[in-house]
Amino acid sequence: MSTSTVVEDHFSKFAPDRDGQPLFQLIDPTGKPTSAGESFGIDVELAQELYSDMVMARRLDKEALALQRQGELSLWLMSWGQEAAQVGSIRALRSTDMVFPSYREHAAALCRGISPADLMRQWKGAAHSGWDPAESRFHIYSLVLGTQTLHATGYAAGVVLEKSDEVVATYFGDGAASQGDVNEAFNWAAVGSLPVLFFCQNNQWAISTPTATQMRTPLHVRAAGFGLDSYHVDGNDVMAVHAVTTRAVERIRDGGGPALIEAQTYRFGGHSSSDDPKRYRSDDDFAAWELRDPLTRIETFLRNVGVGEDYFDELAEEENAFAATVREACKNIIGIPLVELFDRVYAEPHATLDLEAAAHAAHLASLGSEG
Amino acid sequence: MATMTLGGAINAGLRKALEDDDRVVVMGEDVGVLGGVFRVTDGLLKDFGEGRVVDTPLSESGIVGTAIGLALRGYRPVCEIQFDGFVYPAFNQIVSQLAKMRARSGGLLSFPIVIRIPVGGGIGAVEHHSESNEAYFAHTAGLRVVSCSNPDDAFHMIQQAIASDDPVIFYEPKRRYWDKGEVSDTSSFDLHQASVLREGTDCTLVAHGPAVTTAMAAAAAAAEDGFSVGVVDLRTISPLDVETLQTVSRVSGRVVVVHEASTFAGIGAEIAALISESCFYELEAPVLRVGAYNMPYPPASVEDDFLPDVDRVLEAVARSLSY
Repeated sequence: MSTSTVVEDHFSKFAPDRDGQPLFQLIDPTGKPTSAGESFGIDVELAQELYSDMVMARRLDKEALALQRQGELSLWLMSWGQEAAQVGSIRALRSTDMVFPSYREHAAALCRGISPADLMRQWKGAAHSGWDPAESRFHIYSLVLGTQTLHATGYAAGVVLEKSDEVVATYFGDGAASQGDVNEAFNWAAVGSLPVLFFCQNNQWAISTPTATQMRTPLHVRAAGFGLDSYHVDGNDVMAVHAVTTRAVERIRDGGGPALIEAQTYRFGGHSSSDDPKRYRSDDDFAAWELRDPLTRIETFLRNVGVGEDYFDELAEEENAFAATVREACKNIIGIPLVELFDRVYAEPHATLDLEAAAHAAHLASLGSEG
Repeated sequence: MATMTLGGAINAGLRKALEDDDRVVVMGEDVGVLGGVFRVTDGLLKDFGEGRVVDTPLSESGIVGTAIGLALRGYRPVCEIQFDGFVYPAFNQIVSQLAKMRARSGGLLSFPIVIRIPVGGGIGAVEHHSESNEAYFAHTAGLRVVSCSNPDDAFHMIQQAIASDDPVIFYEPKRRYWDKGEVSDTSSFDLHQASVLREGTDCTLVAHGPAVTTAMAAAAAAAEDGFSVGVVDLRTISPLDVETLQTVSRVSGRVVVVHEASTFAGIGAEIAALISESCFYELEAPVLRVGAYNMPYPPASVEDDFLPDVDRVLEAVARSLSY
């Protein structure tokens, strides 16, 4: 046997699995339970609750985009298309489990009771964040990609020091997975066996860059290499996302160490309200994913199992009322004057900044204004 | 009262902080079993356990990023960055995350995190192990930046930094780690208070960290020639102790800033501008600066020529006096 054959034989079993694992799915895109769905069983009541969450999230996006087009918001980044990934996962956590989002997690944020006004504040240019993370157990958005995965990991280290059974979840995308911080977080969490759930919404596009340009090995395969429990799920199947997250979180809570869920989903909108996705992706690409719309699928499923018009009518009414509150809330968002920002930089007095605050106050006084 | 090396004083200060507050966590590369490459954390693992003294993966961004998470959970992390030149992988976590997150949260969140950085040259090290990068962090709103120069200050300043509810970049002058001095039990100063080490009526040297010893030697040499040269140890770079700087400038009318970092766009430029703006009529000469040249830190064989030494400081004093 030649040397090269020996080496080849030896290493063949270590060949990276570049195809990845099959998607876990409970309801197919046409709304029919898959064979896994049949054997797992689908909780119709839960499906209705999750569907309601998704409907509200989609309506928030629709209203917010319209408000941006009307000049009421300066920017909006839609979660449109990713509702199942977000709702299915966050609803599988305890409300006390801390979450570190990226910046597109509006559907998840709504599930944590964060109001539309608080969500829109940032995108109206009135503040850099809108809510108290201690109350919602949902950290403020991270706009520098992937940084929050390390914050989640450190937070989880604190959870372990306190011997608490909390799980810490963090959301990020396929683009952020190329950041060093995300990979450092995988490694750090794995080596410390920390209770972190890494939830990747692979929405196929990082602005104009497709996943194929970000990575050669599927993320869930990469994560397994770091020593994380790893799951691959249809991110547009809210029941599958919920089931997989429930399973992953149970294991983490039982001391099984960190896990990653890669949810295949799709960003129906542009990266932001300033983006034009037609410049980089085809109508066919969009159309193929439109057939896998996470809301249509669950609506069809619910109708197929006999959920009546009453439920849908009531939901539509609730949705319209919600939309009105979104529009009203947006108009009422106001920023705070610059003078008040000086006190928010440091927790304790900072002499040179205090001098600048005094100079600014004197400048305002010279103009006959108080702010 | 005890005699300690500067490194030993920081060790004692860390120990006291760990004893006083069980939310203090020391973390970094090789800080546990080894006690740190400079032995500043020596013995802490044995006495406080691996939950409080944490050997981390070799990942500076991870060290600061996870410290942010720990702080959000209520801890007071003290991070060690092994060498000055290794802090840049953590730059984003420090500058965009740690420094800004309080302001971004509308003042809701606090980050009582200390980042200890052994700084500067003079130990014959290879590249990336001798840098002085305080200007980057002083330029960043949301951070506090301090620099100790002697054992007594080091002992108290590390405890004050840990007690601060804001992030503090804590510089340790690595070539002075082995300098010995008396350490008092209680501190007589605040963290953001400069120290007038020597009064002077002809000229004032303003220095921080490892350059303080150089400035003191220069002032002593000037005294032998009959000149009264004062020395101020900044201690604090952000915020600056504006009052002390103004007071000494008004007394002598001549100021020379000395630091190991490159002069160009360094802290000396800020101090010169500050004094010029607020003490213009009391000045007898422009504020002068002595620092490193604007080049990457050179090979160790020429670092003695690169770093500001007594002769270069005295040359600047003479120049100031010539106005």
